[in-house]
Amino acid sequence: MREVAIVGAGMTRFGELWKYSLRDMFVEAASGALHDAGADRLDSMYVGCMSGGQFVGQEHLGPLMADHLGMTGVAAVHVESACASGGVALRQAFMEVASGMSDLVLAAGIEKMNDGADVTNVLATAADQETEVYYGITFPGLYAMIARAHMQQYGTTEEDLAWVAVKNHKHGAMNEKAQFRREVTAEEVMSSSMVSEPLRLLHCSPVTDGAAAVLVCPLEMAKQFTDRPVKILASGLATGSMALADREDPAVLDSVQKSGERAYEMAGIGPRDVNVAEVHDCFTIAEICCTEALGFVEKGKGGPAAKEGFTALGGCIPVNTSGGLKSKGHPVGATGIAQTIEIFRQLRGEAGARQVENARIGLTQNMGGSGASSVVHIFEGV
Amino acid sequence: MPSPRYAREIPTRYRLEAGRCKGCGKVVYPARLVCPACRGRDFETVTLSRKGKVITSTVVHVPPDDFLMEAPYAMAVVETPEGARFMTQVVDCDPSTVLPGMDVALEFRLIRKEGKSGILCYGHKGVPVA
Repeated sequence: MREVAIVGAGMTRFGELWKYSLRDMFVEAASGALHDAGADRLDSMYVGCMSGGQFVGQEHLGPLMADHLGMTGVAAVHVESACASGGVALRQAFMEVASGMSDLVLAAGIEKMNDGADVTNVLATAADQETEVYYGITFPGLYAMIARAHMQQYGTTEEDLAWVAVKNHKHGAMNEKAQFRREVTAEEVMSSSMVSEPLRLLHCSPVTDGAAAVLVCPLEMAKQFTDRPVKILASGLATGSMALADREDPAVLDSVQKSGERAYEMAGIGPRDVNVAEVHDCFTIAEICCTEALGFVEKGKGGPAAKEGFTALGGCIPVNTSGGLKSKGHPVGATGIAQTIEIFRQLRGEAGARQVENARIGLTQNMGGSGASSVVHIFEGV
Repeated sequence: MPSPRYAREIPTRYRLEAGRCKGCGKVVYPARLVCPACRGRDFETVTLSRKGKVITSTVVHVPPDDFLMEAPYAMAVVETPEGARFMTQVVDCDPSTVLPGMDVALEFRLIRKEGKSGILCYGHKGVPVA
């Protein structure tokens, strides 16, 4: 396998982008990544998107996006793994370059959620239609059940959950790309309207439009494009039971643990070697479960990590310095690439007020459904 | 949900038919072709008891459109004595009382409607045991 590096990144602002279509957002992000690297050609591209078909009635996104980027002719394909689509697009690009098949590959993530689709129903297609959605469960409902199981088993409190939102909004307030650039207090979180007990509105990531793209190439070619490439040390992908009811312990995300173990093994490092991480906080409880599954905290002890500052900027392992899905926004298919861009910036020392000092190793974890798929990447600044 | 699919799922939803793996004894509900525990393919049909215990739960305040009239409603993962677990609503009670450990009976109920003029879709809901 060849060593692979990221040499350029581009993304749109995240938010309700009424004036931009799915293709507009893609072109802005992809052009940004190409421009960032000073590249004017591509061998191939992967477009991560959860559901162009249901959100805007558009499939066949590979050729469409290549066409609009002025790159008709390049190999281009759409990849889907629900909210992990972006992370999986990066994995595909990584493998294609590592294998030697291509040199310059774009990994993009896109989603247009504010064009009038019934978002609750579209997102629910990432759950099991026959055994879960049929009976009236929603995505916040599934994570609420995970939260209640975690509270029941490990004593995690509503305040613990609230502090994940407080921490991530504090980080996101410093991110010019974030959908919600403002801080919230634990009291505001705990008195926001109820969505699915025990999760309230401010425990949930928002409905977001956005796109993000990175350009990857062999490490040995990277200096042609940038002085500060970021090496992809490892990629781990794993699946878990689709339905929450089929999991022995509903408070444990098996796929996250497995994808993390695979990535750590490939990188030859452990969780203590990671300086900064972006994890999939689609709901506050998800960050708690993911930091446990990735080994940043002990199993069952992730609850107080945000409040105690362990996972905050300046803490032992800063998590979601971008603001996370919670504050930065969660255009589902774009999230995995946006996480990658935050780590890319951190490892190049370009994160401004959010910069983690001396960050050398970074990790991203991007999850699909209620944890049925998870993809972890580990990066090193070079 | 399109009607042909609904008809196919009647044994599962109406009769609570599950599969018991003849290799390892795992009960899977709904029945599957391959055992998720041992990959065995030889199953016998078992009918689940119409009772169970709540493993975890929530109260849905922001529902999908098809369930607007019912919110807020309790939903739970329920485990039957055979070891099968499934997601369902728990009704006929204050939804905030539906918590892990609660014993429920499983009753045949209307679950949803297939649009304004479509078929009525049935299944089982939990009802707290007095």
